[in-house]
Amino acid sequence: MTTANGTPEVDLVDYDDAVARYDPVFGIEVHVELGTRTKMFCPSIVVFGDEPNTAVSPVSLGLPGALPVVNGTAVEYAIRIGLALNCSIAETCRFARKNYFYPDVPKNFQTSQSDEPIAYDGWLDVELDDGAVFRVDIERAHMEEDAGKNTHVGGSTGRIQGAEYSLIDYNRAGIPLVEVVTRPITGAGMRTPEVARAYVQTLRDIFRALDVSEARMERGNVRADVNLSLRATSDSPLGTRTETKNVNSFRAVERAVRYEISRQAAILDAGGSITQETRHWHEDTGTTTAGRIKSDSDDYRYFPEPDLAPVSPDRAWVEQIRAALPEMPAARRRRLQGDWGFADAEMRDVINASAVDIIASTVAAGASPAAARKWWMGELARTAKQLDVELADLTITPTQVGELQWLVDAGRINDKLARQVLEGVLAGEGGPEQVLIARGLEVVSDDGPLLAAIDAALAAQPDIAQKIRSGNLGPVGSIIGAVMKTTRGQADAGRVRELVLERVTPA
Amino acid sequence: MTDLTRLTAADLAGRLTSRDVSSVEATQAHLDRIAAVEPALHSFLYVNGDEALATARDVDSRRAAGEKLHALAGVPIAIKDIVVTKGMPTTAGSKILEGWIPPYDATITTRIRAAGLPILGKTNMDEFAMGSSTEHSAFGNTHNPWDLDRIPGGSGGGSAAAVAAYEAPLAIGTDTGGSIRQPAAVTGTVGVKPTYGGVSRYGLIALASSLDQAGPVTRTVLDSALLHELIGGHDPRDSTSIDEPLPGLVAAARQGRSGDLTGMRVGVISELTGEGYQPGVRARFTESLEVLRGAGAEIVEVSCPHFTYALGAYYLILPSEASSNLAKFDGMRFGLRVEPSEGKVTAESVMGATRGAGFGDEVKRRIILGTYALSAGYYDAYYGSAQKVRTLIQRDFAAAFAQTDVLVSPTTPTTAFKLGEKLDDPLAMYLNDVATIPANLAGIPGLSVPNGLSDDGLPVGFQVLAPAKADDRLYRVGAALEALLEAQWGGPILAKAPELEVAR
Repeated sequence: MTTANGTPEVDLVDYDDAVARYDPVFGIEVHVELGTRTKMFCPSIVVFGDEPNTAVSPVSLGLPGALPVVNGTAVEYAIRIGLALNCSIAETCRFARKNYFYPDVPKNFQTSQSDEPIAYDGWLDVELDDGAVFRVDIERAHMEEDAGKNTHVGGSTGRIQGAEYSLIDYNRAGIPLVEVVTRPITGAGMRTPEVARAYVQTLRDIFRALDVSEARMERGNVRADVNLSLRATSDSPLGTRTETKNVNSFRAVERAVRYEISRQAAILDAGGSITQETRHWHEDTGTTTAGRIKSDSDDYRYFPEPDLAPVSPDRAWVEQIRAALPEMPAARRRRLQGDWGFADAEMRDVINASAVDIIASTVAAGASPAAARKWWMGELARTAKQLDVELADLTITPTQVGELQWLVDAGRINDKLARQVLEGVLAGEGGPEQVLIARGLEVVSDDGPLLAAIDAALAAQPDIAQKIRSGNLGPVGSIIGAVMKTTRGQADAGRVRELVLERVTPA
Repeated sequence: MTDLTRLTAADLAGRLTSRDVSSVEATQAHLDRIAAVEPALHSFLYVNGDEALATARDVDSRRAAGEKLHALAGVPIAIKDIVVTKGMPTTAGSKILEGWIPPYDATITTRIRAAGLPILGKTNMDEFAMGSSTEHSAFGNTHNPWDLDRIPGGSGGGSAAAVAAYEAPLAIGTDTGGSIRQPAAVTGTVGVKPTYGGVSRYGLIALASSLDQAGPVTRTVLDSALLHELIGGHDPRDSTSIDEPLPGLVAAARQGRSGDLTGMRVGVISELTGEGYQPGVRARFTESLEVLRGAGAEIVEVSCPHFTYALGAYYLILPSEASSNLAKFDGMRFGLRVEPSEGKVTAESVMGATRGAGFGDEVKRRIILGTYALSAGYYDAYYGSAQKVRTLIQRDFAAAFAQTDVLVSPTTPTTAFKLGEKLDDPLAMYLNDVATIPANLAGIPGLSVPNGLSDDGLPVGFQVLAPAKADDRLYRVGAALEALLEAQWGGPILAKAPELEVAR
């Protein structure tokens, strides 16, 4: 067994050795919370971060007598997701009760779908970092309701074991979920962790594009359970799997898969066998620990939900939804790459930095694609990295970056000044124009002060002035440099050059 | 002065409308009657006197102000304790809900309040409506007004006894396998189980979701029609509610009272007569058929061969759904909470201790049955097969209704049995519902109307069944039989009931 703090129970096998000796097979269940206004089965408003137990109704609290009614918008969102994942949409499907006792499930059963999912038999092409495409088969996407949220108080681990008491917030109970389940994914080999991560990321992007969820990983809008097993070769029967629950970031998906491969390989190397169980992911230590033993005979006593009529989406409606589907992220990226004229490598960097939308907005604000890319992938990417935040979380907006570039294009600031303006915007001093004025950074375009500075520079370096006069234009730069220094960089270097030449070469 | 408690709801409504009497007078008369006979009967788990009188006063003043009111405004009503009532204790006859005050109203409660019917209180019942005698109430049994040593039927024995004993002119019952009709039969009252989906289930504490249906409990067929029209009709809060207007029920009852059934084809279900039925029950049934024939109805015999399996299927579907519906009673959010007397106090141990202490034996028996029937490996054999039987029963009905307008049978095999007689024999208790269960499995409406006294001097019920959404036929046939029999008897059957000893 493991210790609660996640100390590994085995010496891990080096990852490369593990994937050299074993063939990993994995499957992912992704839950996405739908962004509907109300809950799955009642008119309670969906909220995030409100006072506990305020967004509840007799239905979502499971009070005696209360009955569910299906949220039509949630059904539409589920169909959108199914269609985007190339699934068939059921002509008719029923909800089912998944019976188990747990305090965060108000009725002690979850209303879900069992053998009649609304969407089934689909696939999704997942683009990896190097541009390779991996196809993942989708078994099903079904509708269900979320549980409440437990907070276990006391005890060291925050888990129910060892806690003194637990608090339950039912605000989340009944929020509509769609669960997307893959078929076993084989053939990813050593790239298994990367495929797993890219799959979840691709799904997240699709949820956002479909406008069915805010799909914010850090809020738990999207949660992944990762099933993984090893087998000797791709011809061997499937090995025993573990299910690592609630892995909640892209990076964690990749790390958790990598960890499980190394851990399972170590057990198998030592002649041991894998226990079929759920496992908990520990972000801090980058390890998983054993949860509950899970057997195939887990008995949830599923039966069709008698309180709900079957859902039979009208075919014409399904086709309407299909026709109204937005462009999928991969297709959009291909189109934008063409529009923007980015090289493959440039586009990949943009994608990997989750900067596609930001650059698109910046271009829409008037910047050229190249300039937009330059700012976001350069100066701003460095800032984000220093602050350890996403580009989207920076205080500067795409519109402001567009405005900044406009100031450069208009010759009011040069690149060097633009960086200072950027710094001011990021520091919350206002928009680019405001910072420019407040900091007095505008390019000096009045010839008077420039000429004075040039005369001073020429006087200070008489030998250089002489060389230029004799037709050797080489040292002009050193005069320009001196002028820039005097004007604290606010001079237009091109104009300075023109003036220097006029000064030394009598007309 | 007339005893206001002896009036039918329709008559009382008429006297209220003409301002002959006030709702306060009528409500107070019923509260007095309750106070007088409750020690003997125990029909009520909660009497809502102050609020009922407040409603009555409000209705009286609105009527005095010339406001247009519902036809039943001011007529008091009793509600089975399985229907949630905001601010009034609702227990479903179970210790596990003792002291629970619902924070919301069932849709039927909302409609009753909106129409201005003073709610007299909540009536006794078998725990979670599991039973046919009201002996499974956690709060003591109810007595049959015809013979205090006998059961008032169940699960809605409280509502039936209250109406039979003039404690209320109207009551709400719920019927999952006969819990409205069987108590009506054994107390000499009228009870109707509407078409499944005809009356909202929102706010009924669920026993078996696919079978439960609320309906009226009254002393006359017309009163049932009036109440049915009030509580029935589409409710967006219940996904299984029928989104269509109700047929004209009151009109059908009024038409029926003319006693003319010319052209009506009445089918006698051969599987629901004969063996197992008390001779007095059989005799009254045969006589009633003659009355119908005399009214112009054509009597035909029909066979529903799969009814043999109805009881078995019912006792798999009901416990299966109930085992899941009753899972929410766990001490975590509402109602009873019991901490284990030994061992660690954990969520699981509290749930176990609460359910162990809060549920009675019959409830536990059915939860165990249902949990077993739904278990992996048994599901197909039990729940799955039961659902197939259900389909076959629906086909039996469809075939029978292809050649008839209504089907009829005795409501129960026997008259009221003695308290305690079947308490230790669940199977014998279950057999009581053999004639009423098929309607629940098929979702069709059924009515029980008194059709005489058996050899033991106790009332007998006559059941009428109609196709789904044709509830109006029940009222037409029921009202015709009622009118013709009352003409023979010289008055309502309840006039033959012994006067209860009244507490002073």
